[in-house]
Amino acid sequence: MSKLTLNDLTKIRKQTQGINTNPNITRLMICGGTGCHATGSIKVKQALVEEIEKKGLSDTVKIVETGCNGFCALGPLLVVQPEGIFYVKLKSEDIPELIQEQIINNTPVKRLLFKDPATKKRIAKQDDISFFAHQMPRALRNKGQIDPEKIDDYIARDGYIAIVKVLKEMKPDDIIKEMTTSSLRGRGGAGFPTGMKWDFARKSEGETKYVLCNADEGDPGAFMDRSILEADPHCVLEGMTIAAKAINANKGYIYCRTEYQLAIKRLKIAIKQAKEYGLLGKNILNTGFDFDIDIYQGAGAFVCGEETALMRSIEGKRGMPRPRPPFPAHKGLWEKPSILNNVETFSNVPQIMIKGGDWYASVGTEKSKGTKVFALSGDVNNIGLVEVPMGTTLRSLVFDIGGGIAKKRKFKAVQLGGPSGGSVPEHLLDTPVGYEEIAKIGAIMGSGGAIVMDDKTCMVDMARFFMDFIQDESCGKCTPCREGTLRMLQILEKICEGKGEPRDIKDLEELSHVIHQSALCGLGQTAANPVLSALKYFRNEFDAHVIDKRCPAKRCIAMLKFEIDPDLCKKCGLCFKSCPADAITWKKKEVALIDKEKCIKCMSCFDKCQFDAIF
Amino acid sequence: MKNNKSITINGNQFSFRPEDTILEVAQRNGIFIPTLCHLKGTTPTGACRVCMVEVKGARSLVASCAAPAMDGMDVQTESSDVIRSRKLTISLLLSSGHHDCLLCPATGDCVLQQLAYRYKVSGTQFEASNARYPLENVNPFIIRDFSKCVLCGRCVQACNDIQVNNAIDLGYRGSAAKVVTAGDRSLKDSDCVFCGECIQACPVGALYPKDALNKPRYGETQKIRTTCSYCGVGCQMHLHVKDNLVQKVTGVDTAPNNGSLCVKGRFGYDFIASKDRLTTPLIRKKGKFCDASWDEALTLVAKKFTQIQKKHGSDSIGVLTSARITNEDNYIAQKFTRAILKTNNIDHCARL
Repeated sequence: MSKLTLNDLTKIRKQTQGINTNPNITRLMICGGTGCHATGSIKVKQALVEEIEKKGLSDTVKIVETGCNGFCALGPLLVVQPEGIFYVKLKSEDIPELIQEQIINNTPVKRLLFKDPATKKRIAKQDDISFFAHQMPRALRNKGQIDPEKIDDYIARDGYIAIVKVLKEMKPDDIIKEMTTSSLRGRGGAGFPTGMKWDFARKSEGETKYVLCNADEGDPGAFMDRSILEADPHCVLEGMTIAAKAINANKGYIYCRTEYQLAIKRLKIAIKQAKEYGLLGKNILNTGFDFDIDIYQGAGAFVCGEETALMRSIEGKRGMPRPRPPFPAHKGLWEKPSILNNVETFSNVPQIMIKGGDWYASVGTEKSKGTKVFALSGDVNNIGLVEVPMGTTLRSLVFDIGGGIAKKRKFKAVQLGGPSGGSVPEHLLDTPVGYEEIAKIGAIMGSGGAIVMDDKTCMVDMARFFMDFIQDESCGKCTPCREGTLRMLQILEKICEGKGEPRDIKDLEELSHVIHQSALCGLGQTAANPVLSALKYFRNEFDAHVIDKRCPAKRCIAMLKFEIDPDLCKKCGLCFKSCPADAITWKKKEVALIDKEKCIKCMSCFDKCQFDAIF
Repeated sequence: MKNNKSITINGNQFSFRPEDTILEVAQRNGIFIPTLCHLKGTTPTGACRVCMVEVKGARSLVASCAAPAMDGMDVQTESSDVIRSRKLTISLLLSSGHHDCLLCPATGDCVLQQLAYRYKVSGTQFEASNARYPLENVNPFIIRDFSKCVLCGRCVQACNDIQVNNAIDLGYRGSAAKVVTAGDRSLKDSDCVFCGECIQACPVGALYPKDALNKPRYGETQKIRTTCSYCGVGCQMHLHVKDNLVQKVTGVDTAPNNGSLCVKGRFGYDFIASKDRLTTPLIRKKGKFCDASWDEALTLVAKKFTQIQKKHGSDSIGVLTSARITNEDNYIAQKFTRAILKTNNIDHCARL
């Protein structure tokens, strides 16, 4: 296809809008994110295609495979548009009934609708589900709305309008001014003002500059960037192109972990399509501006999300951080001025250019404006991808959107910011989402991982888990991180094994302090955060482990007796049924008994017992 | 233009040059900041975190080896937070491997040992780690003992930045990190040319010459400065001597070699005390070499030269000199050849 002119772009937008919003055409938006692919949405889509064909509905019903819808725990998901009927956990066997009832008879299939965990009622429309109702999609505005592999779909949703505006009407100064007005801060976690970052790079001298996109999402439980790339790759490309214009760069790289195969596939398609349309490459929209993007696949080292390590990795060297200054805005990739923003940051940029910085800054707290995407996971009813305005309380995130704690258990903490963050206890749940606000309570905003933990979670074990992750992912360059995190892990393991001594807690605090003060990069400096916040808010659990040799949450195997409390046992036999080792004897109306000789300490019975009767 | 920029270190103001690091300003002004990974002439890696200092207003401590000096900076090199950090870092390093000074060839010449002593850190705060790797003693000149390696990365820089041999780099991650050759094989199976730059760069006892365990340690030897006799570059070296025997050779940080040496200069000194070395002229008498005095020998040679010259002409004689003698000696040799032997037949082994 020849390169587009402005008129062509407008024409495509109108045409595609006409098709996509035609009220006489039903669009079946089947989720094609990695989560739903894993639960079988490819088969469901195939079944849909066959059924539509069979029933001769091809003219009035279109099937669209979208990127991640967000409500990942309930996949495969299907949204029937324009009505907005929301179907969950579909199987290919459900499809004939669904087509017959929903499409032909126009009555939703009740059993396949979303069931509210609190009220137990079925809810038909997506917008009525509290998981969606409290969200404000900006970075995720196209999720579930478009086919990510069709550039026309993106254009129909006002895609690439921002590029036109930026390239034809705006000067680099104007772009940066708009970014500064928006108060957008780096969504990777550190929260550095994006406008300022771009301004530094723009003012740096040099003919060659680079725009880099960090898609090396590595926090356990985080999938924000992957979902954005899978659902709306073009908005990231557009955001990067705008940044390139702002700093006068002609080359960009997306550093994406190689495990994100679907995201990479869709990015590659998007780059190819954008180039075909002349929205990327040489002489974009005949404005004389050149910008090209390559994808660099990282091998999955957590530390390569750190900016200097990421750049070294693109240079083909071992991914290890280096001291700053020089900062990347002056000497970045191949010692050239570079900016690095993460996927979510870039995906906000086109909207800011179209609607203005003031519009973006119209929501949020005093210092944190706009919205933030979270990957909500753990022991919460509604697991998935959510976007909320800054200032939303963590309580609303966990209880309104997340639907509260699963299995009727109690909330204990929410871990924000992954292994660099901290856990927030119940009494601080009214803290609003915002960089400073969350930092003040000992966690960090991070890139958006939010792992909710119920009262069965042992906070010492949780701290041990994150320390295990960090010490494994430390690059090994600087002493405090390499040796210090190993020592912290050894101490935490010792405590979990019931061998803790009072001085261990002191050592943990001392190591945390020094690692924070002395480590080379952000990974090291924040490595002790999970331990520090656990010590701050759940000190009693540490004391119970160290002094009483007891794990209050009953997770640390070494301190469990594997016995059943006859007073608490309701004689239900669930433990008996779950035991894989035949170590439990039980008869109806009798208290179960664990044979310690046979017991393999797999914790199956602990997980099954709803009455906490095993200790 | 006058440079009015200044930095305050421990309460005293100092001017600085552009590109100066805090460490360089401090060192120039006689202020001690301990270092471990810092290797002169290479890009700072900031790896060991021993040189941390406190800079007013900074979020955390700052690695002085890597941080550029900036106008108005207020630096404390030994504040309580700095000492606290240094002590723990040293303690972590001491417990990271088998730092057994009694049996270590680096004793007396070990930066970690000096740091431990200065900051009174015993390294017993944490349990000693198990040695993960066996001693690598299969190489011709170098022994690698990873249980003593503190992963400062100086050897890597010495190899890659100074000698540009690129034989080693850091491999693996976290506490499993290790200095590796390509494929993590022994040095003898790598691109290593055994220049020994890494040995000299190693601040601890992780890299040492093959025979070091059977030789006197640092404090027992005397350093004698000399010029390398192998080639004409004139590398400056220290001979570490005990009992009139050279025990070890190290480069001197001055022109022309700035501390570097090659495999010959560093390891090829056995000949000095070799039993096969000639210590007196020998004259063959009846097919057997017999001791002779210099007078005897030189008289004989002069006589033979004169005979040959007369009988066959000057050009029947040629002189070969050696790169192992000095420029002055070589000059004299060619002068002697041309003026006395009256031939231009003089050449040098470096051309062969």
